[in-house]
Amino acid sequence: MLVQMSSMRDAYAQALLDLGSKDFRIVVLGADTSVSIKTSLFADRYPDRFFNVGIAEANMIGIAAGLALAGKIPFVSTYSAFVPGKCLDQIRNAIAYPNLDVKIVSSHGGLTVGPDGASHQTVEDVAAMRAIPRMHVVVPADANSTIALISHSLMLSGPFYFRLSRANVTEIYTPTDEIRVGTANILKEGSDVTIIATGVMVNEALEAGRLLSREGVSAEIIDSHTLKPLDSETILKSARKTGAIVTAEEQTIIGGLGSAVSETVCESYPVPVSKVGIRDTFGESGEHKELLVKYGLTPQEIVKASKKLVGSR
Amino acid sequence: MEQEQIPTGMLLQKAVKIRTDILEMVAEAKSGHPGGSLSAVEILVSLFFYKMRHDPKLPDWPDRDRFVLSKGHAAPVLFATLAESGYFPVSELKTLRKLNSRLQGHPDFRVPGVEFPGGSLGIGLSAAIGMALAAKLDKNDYRVYALLGDGEMDEGETWEAAMAASKFKLDNLTAIVDRNGIQQDGLTEQIMPIEPLGYKWKAFNWHVLEVDGFDLRQVIEALEKAENMRNRPTVIIAHTVKGKGVSFMEWDPAYHGKAPDKDTVRKLVEHMRLE
Ligand SMILES: Cc1ncc(C[n+]2csc(CCOP(=O)(O)OP(=O)(O)O)c2C)c(N)n1
Ligand SMILES: [Mg+2]
Repeated sequence: MLVQMSSMRDAYAQALLDLGSKDFRIVVLGADTSVSIKTSLFADRYPDRFFNVGIAEANMIGIAAGLALAGKIPFVSTYSAFVPGKCLDQIRNAIAYPNLDVKIVSSHGGLTVGPDGASHQTVEDVAAMRAIPRMHVVVPADANSTIALISHSLMLSGPFYFRLSRANVTEIYTPTDEIRVGTANILKEGSDVTIIATGVMVNEALEAGRLLSREGVSAEIIDSHTLKPLDSETILKSARKTGAIVTAEEQTIIGGLGSAVSETVCESYPVPVSKVGIRDTFGESGEHKELLVKYGLTPQEIVKASKKLVGSR
Repeated sequence: MEQEQIPTGMLLQKAVKIRTDILEMVAEAKSGHPGGSLSAVEILVSLFFYKMRHDPKLPDWPDRDRFVLSKGHAAPVLFATLAESGYFPVSELKTLRKLNSRLQGHPDFRVPGVEFPGGSLGIGLSAAIGMALAAKLDKNDYRVYALLGDGEMDEGETWEAAMAASKFKLDNLTAIVDRNGIQQDGLTEQIMPIEPLGYKWKAFNWHVLEVDGFDLRQVIEALEKAENMRNRPTVIIAHTVKGKGVSFMEWDPAYHGKAPDKDTVRKLVEHMRLE
């Protein structure tokens, strides 16, 4: 089988070039990380529509707000440790409160910066962004879905937080798959347990599904790339079918995907929800793969959680 | 008089050793930030092997001078300097950035001698102000040093801190700017021009000194002038070269955050030892 590995940053840069060639309202802002995040490709092609503000994330968000108020569509990008990390207030008061069309696309989310260590890893960014009213929160799983979701966001108004990964990922989707903000994608149907994952954990969930089927457990696998607004319809439908949910995310389980799913099922159709994610701790230096194992973000952990739920019935 | 006592020979030897440590560490780790580590070697050597009051055996000594590495990505130069000072074994340097090592990618409290976990740029000077204020409150005469990057001048918090330090008359605080002219995306004057830098600090009511950041005597003299200044914080703008000591790294923004490979480093280190 041909496994295609791809880079979300490259996909993002490609999306910007494509979209930017058609919509001249698109402008891109960077904060001294644009070579690393590849927005420098947009800067090379459209120097007039690219603004490098230096290492000044809060200023970048404020400038993006002004550009949006004057009719532009700003894409704002740096490492997720610093946007949102450095500028929660500017995101809240300058972008979300006035409901501006600003797309924040941050890369190097989760533990993917590996050896850089905890200061540059993010466990809390998604939870923080989810808690801000009006903010859309999207965590794509591969390159094709990054392109599709960013393109679709242009048709929707309001603020967006996209969290991309630095790690190269195995492609899940093809360029023609329908992937839309707000609609979860069912990647595999199943009847015993529902596994809902986001970002780099979608591949791990698919692997868990394969391991489980060898043991006679039929898992339904859902890519919930959009954490907000959550696709509660798809999730509730699956909950009714399987009666048990495991969530998998590369971030703190406090306020992330597992929380969002729990909030939904608790109110409408309570089923047990088991969360695979980071347990209220900072990361540390190490290779990304090593960290995923150390912090329990593996197919094996998803399998363990699934079997526990299925077995306890 | 005093200048005669500066042991420049010993300090120069330390500088060479720390440069080779830095190169070996990042090559072994296969990642890290050599450029801004190599530009700051003489600054850290002047502080840790001459100017600062500190005791590697007593990292928590309440009267010690504090060093805040605000540009935390230069962790290799800090870790190498701490190890060469005796805070922990030099042999541990090769564990940099590896899983379960104390030596994280950016400074971390697991390492004795680390005063602040820099990494997110722009925070360190504020923390140094807090330490300097506490020294005044406690009537303790320890001094606080903060090393900032020139790209780090872009962060608004740096200037919020600059205003506060002069308001509070923190003559026990010395900031040092590693003016190597390069940030991550390229030259500072192209990415975000910061000149006239000395005038900016002057306008914020700081005592401003400019030195050649590789001239140990100049650096030490400036640190001494800072200590003798009353009622004002001092900033030393240290003119340096990013990647100093390795011809192909000097002035190349690519070596901000890229490790040379082990073979190259082996040759470089042999060459440096012979010089
Ligand atoms: C708040 C923040 N934004 C971005 C980064 C990523 N980053 C790490 S080093 C660096 C450039 C720093 O340049 P400079 O301050 O000049 O350091 P030096 O040249 O001394 O290495 C950047 C943008 C960061 N660490 N912190
Ligand atoms: Mg610099």
